Amino acid sequence: MVTAAAELEKDHDHHGPAKGIGRWLFTTNHKDIGTLYLLFSLVMFFVGGAMALVIRSELMTPGLQFVHPEFFNQMTTMHALIMVFGAVMPAFVGLANWMIPLMIGAPDMALPRMNNWSFWILPVAFSILLSTLFMPGGAPASGWTMYPPLVLQTGDAFPFLIFSVHLMGLSSIMGAINIIVTILNMRAPDMWLLKMPMFVWTWLITAYLLIAVMPVLAGAVTMLLTDQFFGTSFFLAAGGGDPVMFQHIFWFFGHPEVYIMILPAFGVVSEIIPTFSRKPLFGHDSMVYAASCIAFLSFIVWAHHMFTVGMPLSGQLFFMFATMLIAVPTGVKIFNWVATMWRGAMTFETPMLFSLAFVFLFTIGGFSGLMLAVAPADIQYHDSYFVVAHFHYVLVPGSIFALMAAAYFWLPKWTGHMYSESAGRLHFWTSAIFVNLTFFPMHFLGLAGMPRRIPDYPTQFADFNWMASVGALGFGLSQLIFVYVLLTAKKGARATDRVWEAPRGLEWTVPSPAPYHTFTTPPKARIEEESFK
Amino acid sequence: MLRKPVLSLPGLALAGTASADWALNMPEGVTELSAETHDLHMMVFWWCVAIGIVVFGVMLISLLKHRKSLGAQPAKFSHSTTAEVLWTAIPCVILLLMAVPAARTMIKLEDSRDPDLTVVATAYQWKWHYRYQDEDIDFYSSLDTASLQARWKGSAVDPFSVDNYLRDVDRPMVVPRGAKVRLLLTSNDVLHAWWVPELAIKKDAIPGIVNETWFRAEQSGTYRGQCAELCGKDHGYMPIVVEVVEPDEFLAWVETHHEENARVAANQ
Repeated sequence: MVTAAAELEKDHDHHGPAKGIGRWLFTTNHKDIGTLYLLFSLVMFFVGGAMALVIRSELMTPGLQFVHPEFFNQMTTMHALIMVFGAVMPAFVGLANWMIPLMIGAPDMALPRMNNWSFWILPVAFSILLSTLFMPGGAPASGWTMYPPLVLQTGDAFPFLIFSVHLMGLSSIMGAINIIVTILNMRAPDMWLLKMPMFVWTWLITAYLLIAVMPVLAGAVTMLLTDQFFGTSFFLAAGGGDPVMFQHIFWFFGHPEVYIMILPAFGVVSEIIPTFSRKPLFGHDSMVYAASCIAFLSFIVWAHHMFTVGMPLSGQLFFMFATMLIAVPTGVKIFNWVATMWRGAMTFETPMLFSLAFVFLFTIGGFSGLMLAVAPADIQYHDSYFVVAHFHYVLVPGSIFALMAAAYFWLPKWTGHMYSESAGRLHFWTSAIFVNLTFFPMHFLGLAGMPRRIPDYPTQFADFNWMASVGALGFGLSQLIFVYVLLTAKKGARATDRVWEAPRGLEWTVPSPAPYHTFTTPPKARIEEESFK
Repeated sequence: MLRKPVLSLPGLALAGTASADWALNMPEGVTELSAETHDLHMMVFWWCVAIGIVVFGVMLISLLKHRKSLGAQPAKFSHSTTAEVLWTAIPCVILLLMAVPAARTMIKLEDSRDPDLTVVATAYQWKWHYRYQDEDIDFYSSLDTASLQARWKGSAVDPFSVDNYLRDVDRPMVVPRGAKVRLLLTSNDVLHAWWVPELAIKKDAIPGIVNETWFRAEQSGTYRGQCAELCGKDHGYMPIVVEVVEPDEFLAWVETHHEENARVAANQ
């Protein structure tokens, strides 16, 4: 079958990639578009990271050393917007583009032209967003949550902020539609839904979340736009509006958004841990149910971001209980990963190292999440550095580590060569040490009373801030090792088709590097799977 | 620079039991509810530690023993209904054990009936205004001069040389010890939040909305906090200071304000 596909490929050389820049501008190939997404998100990761280093440099010691408070606020706002919408989300969409057709035995994404469009919107959106740094009044400085009335004090950047958010949403919605249509219609004949790999499953659920909530965000920011320019008063108390309503709408988007950034990470880790434990994933079906359950709960917990806005008691209790419930399906996932390792035969290549750190450190972020769910305690934690520590634990050693794991895991399939394992391990250990040095002390800062989003702080917070800043600098520099790995990715030994010793799934049945067109005739999923045993 | 190098989970645990170290853990505070909040925080923390020991323990055993390099042969199992039911049910029970006391504290937090004293706090970019509803007292409370002089970029003043850098105001809010103080919060411009950790109070000040919260401080002293909701460029420079004084001192404080009011009125 595989050789047949390869021969077919040879006969159709004219279907290969076009030459020059046109290949990338007009491409409808899922692998090219996946590569574009991944490279774009890597660039954004460094842009957002540079902003994080501006923040951490200023916070290294008390007093103002480098920037003014206005610019500091612009940095915190832009750092978050770029990392959320520019780095983490496009990176997962890139992985989806590359891997989902390969994992389900489809020749390409279902809607290839829309696929091209949904990617090429992104550079435009982020050029607009980044250009606001040079506008009168500077970039948006009201936090990525864009709470009114503060966001309405933004200078000339304001409509550009709204428009760029619209474009990012448009791109995400199109990407999500494409992924759903591909998964539901283009699976190999024998791949039933419950047989799909976990990465495909988690992306299917994520794509539904995206379609459900991105329009809500678009609506919320459009209301901001009309409040500012067209005389409406959705969120203006003076005109009879309600500033808190924005927060409800925003977090109705914002909480599912959190799971949009972590569910595909769950999928990645669920592919990698079985591979390097040489054992099937424990409780595949319960993983699917747990992910669906998390997705459902994500719609009914939004106001736990708002325990201090003055909700009625019944509302606070409801959102506290619903939030605590999320710990159950999330726990199931973690227990299943540990059970997958149990009595396996583990080896510790770079993707496995990142995945193990993911399980360990994401769980720590989960613990602080559980603490935050307890409403009376949350009133103390809210808007303090404890929250900053919490969401960075689930996003950096959570989502970002899963992305790194995925990159190392599939890189040989993409390039046809093994990456430098020693550089990969160095990248892992430096990242793992510095990420903890950066974010662990923030728990203490928050508990001791340091609010978030401040450019300067009382002197008793000096020691932990200094530690966090050193850690951030180290973490930032560590990521340059990843760039080195990518630049030398084609210098290593030739990768075999299966790459690893015991991988499962259709993507390992195609040659390495994966040819430009794969699965032009659908594979027999069940037969391929059997052949691994 | 580094005076407190303890940087580990046991560090937080230790601080919890010693409970005096302000820099590592949530303060127990000086109200009944701040103590309850602290206890809730510690209870959930210890549950997390316990769950962490079990989960990470199993993971660690696996990482050490079930290695290919030690000749481990992979088992074939891929599910176990008993295990899956157990690790769904047990967390539910633990959550219930957390939820009940948390709900109990939450209900108390929301009960602001029958206050002894009502203060209206109005937030401005970037200062607070306090009005004592029944006493005809009102004043603004802004960052004190010493911090104000040191806060600028290139000010040449070492923040470490300023007492209570960024945590002191020109005129603090003064309340009597043991009195139930109801705080009504609103804002004149954008969102702000009134936060004093030792009182376990954090509530948003929102334009067009009056929010309500309360505290009863059991110990006299000076308690400091900061604005907790991003409110623009000087968000980091609008501290909150509450002085809890003995009831007779409070009456004297009210009296001086009344005299001052009378003097101002006479001059007009």
